[in-house]
Amino acid sequence: MLEIKGLRVTLEEEGKEILKGVDLTVEAGKVHAIMGPNGSGKSTLSYVLAGRDGYEVTAGSVTLDGEDVLELEAEERAAAGMFLAFQYPVELPGVGNMTFLRTAMNAQRKARGEDEISAPEFLKMVREKAKALNIDNEMLKRSVNVGFSGGEKKRNEILQMAMLEPRLCILDETDSGLDVDAMRLVADGVNALRSPDRGFLVITHYQRLLDHIRPDVVHIMADGRIVETGGPELALRVETEGYADIAKSVA
Amino acid sequence: MASDATRKAAEALLHALALPEGEAGWVRERRAAARSRLLEAGAPVRRDEYWRFTDPARLTAPIATAEAGEAPAQAAAVFGDVDALRVRLVNGRLRADLSDPLALDGAAIAPLGEVLKQDISIVRELVGQLELAAQEKVSRPLAILNTAAATEGLAIQAHGATVRPVLVSYDQIGEGASLVRHVIRVEAGASLTLLEAGVPTNSVMEVEVADGGTFHHVRVQTGERAPAVTHVFARIGAEAEFKTFTLTADGVLTRNEVVIDIVGDHASGHIAGAVLGKGDAHIDNTVFVTHSAEHGESRQVFKNVLAGASRGIFQGKIFVRAGAQKTDGYQISQSVLLEEGAQFLAKPELEIYADDVKCSHGSTTGALDETALFYLRSRGVPKRVAESMLVAAFVDEAISEIADEAMQERMRALVAKWMAGRT
Repeated sequence: MLEIKGLRVTLEEEGKEILKGVDLTVEAGKVHAIMGPNGSGKSTLSYVLAGRDGYEVTAGSVTLDGEDVLELEAEERAAAGMFLAFQYPVELPGVGNMTFLRTAMNAQRKARGEDEISAPEFLKMVREKAKALNIDNEMLKRSVNVGFSGGEKKRNEILQMAMLEPRLCILDETDSGLDVDAMRLVADGVNALRSPDRGFLVITHYQRLLDHIRPDVVHIMADGRIVETGGPELALRVETEGYADIAKSVA
Repeated sequence: MASDATRKAAEALLHALALPEGEAGWVRERRAAARSRLLEAGAPVRRDEYWRFTDPARLTAPIATAEAGEAPAQAAAVFGDVDALRVRLVNGRLRADLSDPLALDGAAIAPLGEVLKQDISIVRELVGQLELAAQEKVSRPLAILNTAAATEGLAIQAHGATVRPVLVSYDQIGEGASLVRHVIRVEAGASLTLLEAGVPTNSVMEVEVADGGTFHHVRVQTGERAPAVTHVFARIGAEAEFKTFTLTADGVLTRNEVVIDIVGDHASGHIAGAVLGKGDAHIDNTVFVTHSAEHGESRQVFKNVLAGASRGIFQGKIFVRAGAQKTDGYQISQSVLLEEGAQFLAKPELEIYADDVKCSHGSTTGALDETALFYLRSRGVPKRVAESMLVAAFVDEAISEIADEAMQERMRALVAKWMAGRT
C-alpha cells in the first residue's frame, strides 16, 4: 500500500541531505520495522511521510495505494488514511482532548465525503477505546497532552490512532520514555489494531518494542538509506551485534 | 504644563463643541473647571510618553458633534438575543423611541441629560470626580474634554441585585463626534451588569462600586469606522468586585483606557481584553490599576490576535500605594501574530510602595506554534480550522475572565466567526 522509491530529502534551512535514496514498500496487513542508530534519518522519514514543513524532497516518490502522497497537505494525507504517532506528542494548552478528537474525526470524514459522527456515537466509541488503553475520563477532559506523563502521552497517541482508524500507521519511537508496563499497554493497543487491510511502519531504536509488536519485516536504516532488510531475526541481531557491524557504512 | 501648540489644539477641541444649556449650577461649574483643566493640560501629542504607540492626532482632530441621523445599523446584534434592558444611542444621542423604557428591578436609571439639570447628591459625587482623580499620575486630556461637554448617556444607581443586564448600543451614521458619558453607582451589596456594543468617538464611564458591590462589564467593539477613545474610571470599595472585558475587532483606531482604584480592603478588580486585528486596524488597551487598600487583588489579562498590518498596543500599570499591603497584582499581555506585517507593542509597568505584596507581569509575542499546527493537521484538521482552534485556546484566558458562562460562549463564537471571516 505504501511505496517509497528513491526518496531523497534535504533540510530546507541547512540544505543538508538527510535521506539519500530510500526504497521501501509496506504491504497491507504487514508490520514493517525500521531500526537504526540516532541520526540515521528515521524520524525525518516519518515527518516527510506525514507532511511536515521544512523538508525538501529532491528526488523520488511516495505513493499510498498509487496516490501521490507528496502532493498532499498534511491534513489530506491524514484523510487519505495516514497516521503518525509522534515521538514527542505535542501539548495543546486550551484545546480539550475530546474536542480535538472529535474535530479531527469529523474533518477527516468531511474530507472523504462521509457524514459526521453523532455525539452519542462518538462518546460511546471514545469511552470504549479509552478504557482499553487505561485512559480515564479525567485525561479525556484535560487539554491535549498537557500535564500528561510520558506514558500517558504515548497512550493518548494510540487512542487517536484507534479513533481515527488509519490504513497506514507510522509509529515514531513510540517506546521512548516508557517503562515496561506502559510499553505493554501501548503494544497491546497497537496489536489490537492489526488487521489485513492496515499496514504499520514501526520506527524504533531498540529491539525491545518489537518483543511486543512482532514485525513481519525489519529494515536497518543508516546514513539516510535502508541498508539491510530481513525478518524478525534481524532485530535480534541488532540487539547482540549493534548497528555498527550490520551497517558497515556507519561510524 | 501645556505648550502653546498643545494649548491651541485644546482650544480648537473645545471650540468645536457646543456648550450644553439648562444645566444645574454645579454642572456648569464643573464644565468650566474642566475647560480650564484641558487648556492647562493641553491636547495629547505623540511625544507624550503615554501616547508613544498611538498617534493621538486622529483622536484630537476637532470635529463637530454628529447630526442626529436615522439608524438602520444595529450594533447590539453582537449580543444576539440576550435578555437585557436595551438602550440605543444613535450618533451619540440617547434614543428613547428606539430603547426599552428605563425601568429595571433593583436599579434607578435615567438619561444623563436629565439628571444634570438637577442637584442629586450621588450624581454630583460622581460626575467628573472619578475622571479628576484619575488625572493624578497621568494626564488624560481626552477624558477632561468629555467632562467639559458630554451630555448624553445614562445615570444608573443599582441598589439591589439586578438580574437583567443593561445593554447600551451605539450606532454611528455618517461623520461627526459622539460624546457619551455614563455614571454608575453600585450601592453596598448591590450588583449590576452592563453590556456595551459599538463605541462612540469619545466616551467616559465613571463607576463607583460600594462595599460588597459587584459590577460586571462586557463590551464588544467591532469594525468601527471612526477613531474612538474610551475611558472607564472605577473606584472599588471593600470586598467589592469589578470585572470588565472588552472584545475589540478591527476598526480603524480604538484606544481603551481603564483606570481603577481599589480603595477598600479585600476588593478585586479584573480587566481583560481580546483584540482581533486585521488590515490596518490599530487597537490600544491602556490600563492603570491603583491599589490603595490592603488585600486587594487585581488582574489584567490581554490577548491580541493580529493579522495583516494591524497593530496591538498594551500599556498596563500596577501602582501599589504605601500601606496597600497583601496586594496580589497580576498582569499578562500576549499576542499572536498571524502575518508578518502585524505588530504588538507592550509596556508593562510596576510601581510599588508597599513591602508585603505579590505582583507579577509578563508579555509575549510570536507566531502560532508551528509544531502545534502540524500536530493538528497531521490528525486531519485543515490548516484554517487548526489556526482557529489554537487562536481560540490562546484567547481563552481573557474570555474566562467574564463571570457569566453563557456570555463567555458568545465571545468565543465572535472570535471563531472573526477567524473564519479573516483574509
